[in-house]
Amino acid sequence: MTQPPEPRRPPVRRGRGFVSLAAERLIEILIRACGFSAIFFVFAIFLFVVGSGLEFMVHRLEWGQFLFSTEWVPTSVGQKRYGTLALTLGTASVTALAMAIAVPFGLGAAIFVSEFTTGRRKEVLKVVIELLAAIPSVVWGFIGLVLINPLIIEMFNAPIGLNVLNGGIILGLMSVPIIVSIGEDALKAVPDSYREASLAMGASRWQTITKVLLPAARNGLLAAVLLGVGRAIGETIAVLMATGHAVQVPHSPLDSVRTLTATIASELGETARGSDHYQALFAIGVLLFTLTFIVNLTADLMVRGRGGSR
Amino acid sequence: MSSKNYAAGFAASLTLLAACTGGGSDRVLLQNKGSDTLVNVAQAWAETYRSVKPEVAIAVSGGGSGTGIAALINGTVDIANSSRDMHADEREQVKAHTGKDAVEHKVARDAIVVFIHASNPAKSLTMQQLACIYGEGGTCDTWTSVGVEVPGCADQKIIRVSRQSNSGTYEYFREAVLGKATDFKLGSRDMQGSKDVVDLISKTPCAIGYSGMGYANAEVHQVCVAKDASTACVAPTPATAKSSEYPLSRVLFMYTLGQPQGDTKDYLAWILSPTGQKIVADNGFVPIN
Repeated sequence: MTQPPEPRRPPVRRGRGFVSLAAERLIEILIRACGFSAIFFVFAIFLFVVGSGLEFMVHRLEWGQFLFSTEWVPTSVGQKRYGTLALTLGTASVTALAMAIAVPFGLGAAIFVSEFTTGRRKEVLKVVIELLAAIPSVVWGFIGLVLINPLIIEMFNAPIGLNVLNGGIILGLMSVPIIVSIGEDALKAVPDSYREASLAMGASRWQTITKVLLPAARNGLLAAVLLGVGRAIGETIAVLMATGHAVQVPHSPLDSVRTLTATIASELGETARGSDHYQALFAIGVLLFTLTFIVNLTADLMVRGRGGSR
Repeated sequence: MSSKNYAAGFAASLTLLAACTGGGSDRVLLQNKGSDTLVNVAQAWAETYRSVKPEVAIAVSGGGSGTGIAALINGTVDIANSSRDMHADEREQVKAHTGKDAVEHKVARDAIVVFIHASNPAKSLTMQQLACIYGEGGTCDTWTSVGVEVPGCADQKIIRVSRQSNSGTYEYFREAVLGKATDFKLGSRDMQGSKDVVDLISKTPCAIGYSGMGYANAEVHQVCVAKDASTACVAPTPATAKSSEYPLSRVLFMYTLGQPQGDTKDYLAWILSPTGQKIVADNGFVPIN
């Protein structure tokens, strides 16, 4: 420390130079471009997925069969069948169960981390939860295959432990860290003055959380849940390993299923480019796109509907 | 997804790395891809061959016979591994895309073993029973319907374990057991790798499944398979696989584009040499000669 520290520059300068203004302008344009690029990419991906299967979807795919038949036999030696109902129900059942597990746990943990912990404990919890998100999905799948499978067989006296229940537990555990992280951010974004005002009015902590914080953070919490759903619907390898990968309509949580994503993952590698089977897999991609779009849109409309009454 | 594929990928990247850091411009990298049944053997070959001919590196990856053949059609591999022979239309595609003929090399023999859980008392099954269990329209959904009572299996329900549809083992089994005109019954658990099949069965009392004989281990039982009810069953052993006495014995192949040249030719010749064929036996398969 031989030299004295330089005097700090004043944070705001009155007269701004041309360069500074131009730079700001440039950055503004850049940021705007980044924002629009998201839209561009979504559309580009959608067009690619549709384009890759378009010829088959327009000319040869029977949409009735595609949407409502439960028979997915693309490599049949006789009649090839492209029915996805069993796969859609597989995805829906596993996702629903995963959310039934992940939403209460995730939101509960988010509230706990955000409202009931401070300092070191909070930091440790956050790091551990984020560590949970860092476990690769193939490891989750392996846990499902090797650990949970025999457990389910023993506990429920089921013929096989690779089923909706197994996939739901795995996916639920995978979605929890996302819901916690984003949910916690949403709760943190609620100004402290809300909490203070509520407590000053004599509300209990529980009342403050349910009546003030949750409504105030509603949009952020919904986003957290939606990202969790997105993770669950989109997850591939873990569900492929944990659900049993069997084409059938589930009648109970103990039935094996196959999901839309797992079907694409396991079959796309083999198919000849441009073949009917290849294009049918892209049609599944379009179906997945549509499903997630509907889920997001419904959630968005729900938020708007509630927000409008305020 | 089988951990083997990752191991193979890792080995491939290692060999790639070795090839890159070697610095010599005379280094050769051969791409070898396909059958999941063959992937262990192919990897062992590649590793041992490094001490035979250090200037040749071989990148091995699995994924299934269909994947290897697709790569051959696209011209992205030097050698494709396959546990079934190529279809006529695939041969045409190879010719159309690359202008060369696919050349077949028989590299090992295998028996597709039917595996059951260690607690399953079934000793033998006939081909007809297997078709009844696996085939579309087959009515054998419980172990009692094939005359077996499995302890610890809920409702005696048969849990069919099968393979993903780009697997050569899947196609061979379908053709050998169900014939050319019948599909698999829907609702089987379609595993991504030979090892996954065995792992799942070892943990599931109700299960039945099939894989190459190199994947057999002590935690699962092997079924003795009979051609029909009137003939004695044959156990899957190296001897019965070699003599084709075992009903599900087959040959494992490597395919090249045109007659192999240079390093590929040397490598294939080495694979068929006693050293190469000993590696086949070490991995639980049967030498070709």
